[in-house]
Amino acid sequence: MIMEVTVTVNGHAYTRTIEPRLLLTHFLRDELGLTGTHWGCDTSNCGTCVVWLDDVPVKSCTVLAVMADGRQVRTVEGLEGADGLDPVQQGFVACHGLQCGFCTPGMLMTARWLIDHNPAPSEGDIREAISGQLCRCTGYENIVRSVRWAAEHEAGVREHTVEEAGTEVQA
Amino acid sequence: MQVPAQFRYEKASSVEHALTLLDRFGAESRVVAGGHSLIPMMKLRLAQPEALIDINDLDELATISVEQSTLCIGALVRHTDLLSSALVGEHFPIFADAERVIADPVVRNRGTVGGSLCQADPSEDLSAAFAAVRGEAVIQSADGVRTVPVREFFVGPYQTVVEPGELLVQLRVPIRSSASAYLKVERRAGDWAVAAAGAELRLADGVLAETGIGLTALGAPNFHASEAEDFLTGGPATDERFAEAGRIAARHCNPIADQRGPEAYKRHLAATLVDRVLRVARTRWNGLHPEEEAR
Ligand SMILES: Cc1cc2nc3c(=O)[nH]c(=O)nc-3n(C[C@H](O)[C@H](O)[C@H](O)COP(=O)(O)OP(=O)(O)OC[C@H]3O[C@@H](n4cnc5c(N)ncnc54)[C@H](O)[C@@H]3O)c2cc1C
Ligand code: FES
Ligand code: FES
Repeated sequence: MIMEVTVTVNGHAYTRTIEPRLLLTHFLRDELGLTGTHWGCDTSNCGTCVVWLDDVPVKSCTVLAVMADGRQVRTVEGLEGADGLDPVQQGFVACHGLQCGFCTPGMLMTARWLIDHNPAPSEGDIREAISGQLCRCTGYENIVRSVRWAAEHEAGVREHTVEEAGTEVQA
Repeated sequence: MQVPAQFRYEKASSVEHALTLLDRFGAESRVVAGGHSLIPMMKLRLAQPEALIDINDLDELATISVEQSTLCIGALVRHTDLLSSALVGEHFPIFADAERVIADPVVRNRGTVGGSLCQADPSEDLSAAFAAVRGEAVIQSADGVRTVPVREFFVGPYQTVVEPGELLVQLRVPIRSSASAYLKVERRAGDWAVAAAGAELRLADGVLAETGIGLTALGAPNFHASEAEDFLTGGPATDERFAEAGRIAARHCNPIADQRGPEAYKRHLAATLVDRVLRVARTRWNGLHPEEEAR
């Protein structure tokens, strides 16, 4: 059996004809050429394949591409905005949050979701959020620092914006 | 690369539609919910369904509510939603305790309550939690709806009473006490249990009016410890009796030696976890009923 599906990835609608047994990871990598999403253990343990499905992080090696038909997917390629790298990406650069980089796409997607829902995560919150994801290089310390950097950076930017707005009102 | 065998895929748009599809494709079709147990099994070709019926669009099965003092949990409720539900946390802390240690947050975003029970893995945490609180499974087919106590839901490892053509639609738990807890020993964060125990208790006039004890990964028949429950019910909630209940549960379960540990270690865990989880449940009871504090 083959089926036509339309999946919106990072805001672009892609229509493809696929077998139902195709996994979302391979759909993204092989059909769309979006190889930012990595593929590792194939057993939902390592988390390098994490993408957002309808705004929720999932392990895409354990989701069928047909299950994403008509839905929204966000991958690591969708993090960068018009004004440059996303703060979590900047955090990983600033704090050496990666060495080989294999786990990084999944870590970034989970970190982005965490900060969106918990703008001031504690170290425990961060470790819990990434507990389903393996990194063989960093020992996690620098990943945790990177996520904190991003959260603090965003909070700083936000306070700054509020201050500016306040000055404007006074003037 | 692990790839499932070929299959036909159908997306159900309502419970009725899912039941029609299940009828049409018969015994060789399988429901897929979160897919976090079924897809791995299909990758390993341990499962090879000819048709998959996707129920992820059935929002009507994704709700949590309280109706007439009964907590109603839709089969499609995700682990993460059970964990974050204030309603569940208030009435059944056992589920919040259990969910915190099921897999990891990303897996919990996808796996469902109904899928967990239907998978019937001998180490499934929610099976023990629902057995402890004496939940009921609501099963629907083209012929109508039937309700089966969770304690009679499991036929054996990976086997339940859900027949081809049937859909698990809801879990129901009468709210009897709100004093419950769950404890698990795992090798590392997010792993399946080496052993785990859940308990619920209700006191009246200083004695245990009701006791529920669930066990997982310990080979307990239908995920509960009936001998230990029978021993406790009708007597006071003392430390000595909790310890004895643990020893009884350890004697009557049937753990097997595997990569998670030898049999004797698992029996030791059964005794210790039952004792401790009963104490946590008692502490919660006392917190809710300070006027009639049990020891
Ligand atoms: C890495 C990892 C770690 C895990 N760790 C744990 C753990 O520590 N503890 C634990 O308890 N679980 C654990 N799990 C299992 C997890 O809880 C699964 O999500 C759950 O077992 C299955 O839920 P699902 O919705 O994904 O089911 P699916 O995989 O979709 O389905 C499982 C089975 O149930 C059937 N089914 C599903 N829904 C229905 C329905 N409504 N009616 C009839 N049949 C239905 C399917 O046909 C299939 O046979 C883990 C899973 C993974 C991947
Ligand atoms: S490849 Fe998906 S979790 Fe490892
Ligand atoms: S940076 Fe190498 S696995 Fe994480």
